[in-house]
Amino acid sequence: MRRFSWFNATSLTLGFAFLYMPMVILIIYSFNESKLVTVWAGFSTKWYGELLQNEAFLSAAWVTAKVAVASSTIATVLGTMAAYVLVRAGRFRGRTLFSGMIYAPLVMPEVITGLSLLLLFIGIGLDRGVMTIILAHTTFSMCYVSVVVSSRLVSFDRSLEEAALDLGCSPFEAFRLVTLPIIAPAVISGWLLAFTLSLDDLVIASFTSGPSATTLPIKIFSAVRLGVSPEINALSTIMIGIVTVGVITASLISKRASLRLQAEEQAAART
Amino acid sequence: MAQTAFAPWDDPEAKPLIEFRHVTKRFGDFIAIDDLSLEIYEREFFALLGPSGCGKTTMMRMLAGFEPPSAGTILLSGQDIAPVPPNKRAVNMMFQSYALFPHLTVWDNIAFGLKRDKLPKEAIEARVAEMLKLTRLEKFARRKPHQISGGQRQRVALARSLAKAPKLLLLDEPLGALDKKLRQDTQFELMDIQEKTGTTFVIVTHDQEEAMTVASRVAVMDEGRLIQVDTPDRIYEYPNSVYVADFIGDVNIIEGHAEKSGDGYEVTFAEGQPKLRAKTANGLRGSGRCYLAIRPEKIAISSQEPQDAANAVRGVIDDIAYLGNLSTYYVRLDNGKIIKAQTANTRRIAKRDLTWEDSVWLSWTDTAAVVLEN
Ligand SMILES: Nc1ncnc2c1ncn2[C@@H]1O[C@H](COP(=O)(O)OP(=O)(O)OP(=O)(O)O)[C@@H](O)[C@H]1O
Ligand SMILES: [Mg+2]
Repeated sequence: MRRFSWFNATSLTLGFAFLYMPMVILIIYSFNESKLVTVWAGFSTKWYGELLQNEAFLSAAWVTAKVAVASSTIATVLGTMAAYVLVRAGRFRGRTLFSGMIYAPLVMPEVITGLSLLLLFIGIGLDRGVMTIILAHTTFSMCYVSVVVSSRLVSFDRSLEEAALDLGCSPFEAFRLVTLPIIAPAVISGWLLAFTLSLDDLVIASFTSGPSATTLPIKIFSAVRLGVSPEINALSTIMIGIVTVGVITASLISKRASLRLQAEEQAAART
Repeated sequence: MAQTAFAPWDDPEAKPLIEFRHVTKRFGDFIAIDDLSLEIYEREFFALLGPSGCGKTTMMRMLAGFEPPSAGTILLSGQDIAPVPPNKRAVNMMFQSYALFPHLTVWDNIAFGLKRDKLPKEAIEARVAEMLKLTRLEKFARRKPHQISGGQRQRVALARSLAKAPKLLLLDEPLGALDKKLRQDTQFELMDIQEKTGTTFVIVTHDQEEAMTVASRVAVMDEGRLIQVDTPDRIYEYPNSVYVADFIGDVNIIEGHAEKSGDGYEVTFAEGQPKLRAKTANGLRGSGRCYLAIRPEKIAISSQEPQDAANAVRGVIDDIAYLGNLSTYYVRLDNGKIIKAQTANTRRIAKRDLTWEDSVWLSWTDTAAVVLEN
């Protein structure tokens, strides 16, 4: 049997071209000798070299990395806790309201989130910088984490926790030794999601960043307004590379782990 | 009574290990356990028996500490356990679903509870090895739960709950998923473990034969209440109600009108049928409507009219169920009532002299039937 008919091959090609053509062009032009972005003048890696000399870009990259790691980690802790409470606590007064409030930022326009955070920071007199971006990113990415984690917790067999308690664990130990290792793939996915959201974010960061700290997306955006330079292309290519490698390895790991654990759990539940 | 017989429930001096005092459990408006009082003694193998939804699991969960009683108290060794959280109770539960930790090996599953007690490493290793040996799982120590068979998983769950040598072990339908042979083997294994370790077992089961085999006492439940708590043989021979008689084993229930006569009763149950005679120890409250419960194996079947039988009725064989070692004859009396009689097949089937539509006599002694009021 032929797996690819002529039609299938064409639609696949078109689809992928549509998705990846812009990025491929960007990557190709990052190796352009010429300073003019639209004219090809031979292969060179000089823009990558220049990028390493560019203090502004480097510091923005450093800020972005710090913000992404810190905010996604805090968001994962808080989001997992919120998901656990929502799934485990059963019915308590105001549960619907509480869960609705956790998921609201998911659909809230970013501009509004950014603006309200800005007003808050000004109101409490917090100087805008790395700290405020971290707080802002934690706020909006936490709900993504809690969605991912709670969907895993819903299918988690409660009797495993009861068994842990029965064998002498405190509730926290039961969570740490039994629940957490089993839902770890979902927690890792949540962290990755929060991490990429933070790397990605332009709108909220531009509301909450200050002169002392600029993230890479803001830097790129403002640089492009003065004209696209091959340097920007090189920087973007590096970012694409990091994100690609990171996402592929992490999703492979977490997918394999979650498949295995889920199979184990089902098998252990009963044959 | 023999001095050596294990029967602490008959001993007024004995202190119960577990005591339910007027325990009620409500889920919303629904009453799962209804003002239940019960005493279970140390070293007992106590079986909870009853139809689905009668509250067996709920009782276990209250003992383990996963559900607080809505009213009443539960005492363990004389102490109210209400304020004790599950992780502080000297009670271990083997879950109906096994609830093995999927991310840990068999070895780590069994060691889990011991590690919580902060035992030294060597002590843990020795204890786990002992448990693996007891449940014949040595070969599977390094495997994960999904890499072993259902019966092996069940034994891991058992080993894990036994490892801490709890005072009290709760087994919620522990053998439900096993085939008959493996089930019987495991039943004997359980009794053996119980004998060796001296642990008190409370076991939930749907299978009355299992309860009869393993239990020191059986509690028959219905809708959150205890109907009868007694030794297996007494439950079988002297059920206190039609419900218990019907629930445990096969039984003929004959409804009739009882009149006191000498040291027993004479029961009129149908026009044109002789009165049935039954002696009973516990007596009825006066005379009136009653039920006779007679086990099929206590009814003799013959083609000739039996001589000097206390009770004898005539009928026609309606059906025969051949069960290998036993045959059950369904005999229709003149009034249409079907009575079951069971005989052991000591002879080859070809020699059987009774067959369909034969006219036969059924007879039983005056102590065979239990007279019941409800
Ligand atoms: N958490 C709960 N909320 C509401 N009702 C419950 C809850 N747990 C149990 N029940 C009800 O209490 C009754 C007793 O339940 P339980 O699980 O003790 O039954 P069971 O005797 O173990 O039955 P089975 O033999 O089918 O396991 C059932 O009618 C059940 O629907
Ligand atoms: Mg049950």
